[in-house]
Amino acid sequence: MTDPILDIENLSVRYRGATEPAVRGVSFSLGRERLGIVGESGSGKSTVGRAILRLLDSAEITADRMQFEDVDLLNASERQMLKVRGRRMSMILQDPKFSLNPIQRCGDQVAEAFRTHVRASKAEARAKVIEMLNAVQIRDPERVYQLYPHEVSGGMGQRIMIAMMLLTDPDLVIADEPTSALDVTVRLQVLNILDRLVHEHGIGLIMISHDLNLVRNFCDRVIIMYAGRVVETLAASDLDNAQHPYSRGLLAAQPRIGGSRGPLPVLERDDSWMQPEVRS
Amino acid sequence: MKPIAVKDLCMSFGAVQVLHDVSFDVAAGECFGLVGESGSGKSTVLRCMSLLQGQWTGEVSIGGVRVRDMPLNDRCRMVQMVFQDPYGSLHPRHSVATVLSEPLKIHGLDRANERMAQAMIDVGLPVDFLDRFPHQLSGGQRQRVAIARALILEPDVVLLDEPTSALDVSVQAEILNLLSRLRTDKGFTYIMVSHDLSVVDHMCERFAVMQSGRIVEILPREAIPTNAARDPYARELIGASLAYERAV
Ligand SMILES: Nc1ncnc2c1ncn2[C@@H]1O[C@H](COP(=O)(O)OP(=O)(O)OP(=O)(O)O)[C@@H](O)[C@H]1O
Ligand SMILES: Nc1ncnc2c1ncn2[C@@H]1O[C@H](COP(=O)(O)OP(=O)(O)OP(=O)(O)O)[C@@H](O)[C@H]1O
Ligand SMILES: [Mg+2]
Ligand SMILES: [Mg+2]
Repeated sequence: MTDPILDIENLSVRYRGATEPAVRGVSFSLGRERLGIVGESGSGKSTVGRAILRLLDSAEITADRMQFEDVDLLNASERQMLKVRGRRMSMILQDPKFSLNPIQRCGDQVAEAFRTHVRASKAEARAKVIEMLNAVQIRDPERVYQLYPHEVSGGMGQRIMIAMMLLTDPDLVIADEPTSALDVTVRLQVLNILDRLVHEHGIGLIMISHDLNLVRNFCDRVIIMYAGRVVETLAASDLDNAQHPYSRGLLAAQPRIGGSRGPLPVLERDDSWMQPEVRS
Repeated sequence: MKPIAVKDLCMSFGAVQVLHDVSFDVAAGECFGLVGESGSGKSTVLRCMSLLQGQWTGEVSIGGVRVRDMPLNDRCRMVQMVFQDPYGSLHPRHSVATVLSEPLKIHGLDRANERMAQAMIDVGLPVDFLDRFPHQLSGGQRQRVAIARALILEPDVVLLDEPTSALDVSVQAEILNLLSRLRTDKGFTYIMVSHDLSVVDHMCERFAVMQSGRIVEILPREAIPTNAARDPYARELIGASLAYERAV
């Protein structure tokens, strides 16, 4: 790959007080592409994202290399990180409403985040926020601007987070379950927005998702994680040919429209799955 | 087993009306789906039914008794809810053990430790996670704690707001199988909000499609694969879901 945006080698993360690491020896690099991360709940997907943004105070992070463009993420000071985070790389967090300040209006929070990175008057910031809420298909942006986080629906919360991240024109976006609370029609519109960012602005996008249809059709490559490790890396179009038994089990567990209503196949988890990756 | 009846439910936040005459019936032991546009009022319907939201008009009854007339304790034994947003619904400084033991204590149920351990096993979590706090759990693990909390009281009716959208499909399969098994064994009645029509098709006999605070159509599950909806929005939603399953 020429000129990766992000290059991670042998990343491990152990939370303070935990006996086992949450992430073990994860390596991947990312170009101007869409990389999907799927995997078992609790397998360390969000932890990888938070480690890249250095949002893990209570954990020990080790790696052979963690490079984002010209920034050495392993050795960057917190001051350097403040310039990078939110501006050059952003993350759409898994619990959108929790990551918003509960006592400030949603629109004001987005506007404030914009103004910490870009010089703009309050009125300019407000106009920009309304424009972005429109872009993420929020029906009534003027009303939603005024709402507090507990007053917006789950899907609105997700889109407010996406709007916040779009404002600063980052090079790397890590989206943790960005569309799980959206109905399918809105989901397709939001995916199109993210797609345009990759193709027109040349950003790198990491999509953490449980939605196999989404990663199969929307991403370029997919990483499959199990128990803190990458067990398989493959082209998204090859997802249905995944080899690892965890990946096979995952594909089999997906209910289908018009399928039988009998019990869904479940995984018999096997200790040998803790072994490092199969490449295909 | 208890049937549910919702009649002419209306609800406003200030000047904005978010529910308009929502009516539907759910048979005893049925799993009824609620799907539709983001922001259309699905969570609000569940919040009204469980009286987390009080200022509504209309009528909601369970097993023939109006929820407004039920004493609080009876209502909690009868109706439990799994929230869409598991982080917000778990107290940040309460351990999982506290979350699960509190309802048992309030309702004076015996064998608390045994019930707590079984609830953890049912949702596929290690029993030693009882000592953890919400911030020490992944998104899907938190959601499973929320499901365990709702099921531990063995209620008659469980209101499920996107119970599996934060879970990988292998854990989703385990939870859906668990919910189906409990329905057969204990006669639970469910109302389930979901954006995933393959989950609705798998779990529900019938479902309502919502848009802008209204139910636009109630359909049997058989209407999904053939897109037999008549309402234009319901047709669009089902059509998009069918296309989504084939390609994004
Ligand atoms: N602050 C913490 N302290 C201790 N353990 C933690 C902490 N945060 C997360 N963990 C544990 O680390 C593991 C990985 O968590 P992570 O949130 O990265 O999982 P995930 O793959 O994103 O899962 P999900 O799909 O359910 O969101 C989990 O077993 C979780 O319980
Ligand atoms: N406390 C509140 N104050 C004001 N408006 C509210 C409040 N709670 C919800 N709303 C509004 O009610 C409408 C319905 O919200 P609700 O959460 O029921 O939608 P939903 O169908 O569950 O959507 P999603 O699929 O995105 O979760 C939204 O427009 C929302 O902004
Ligand atoms: Mg996660
Ligand atoms: Mg909702």
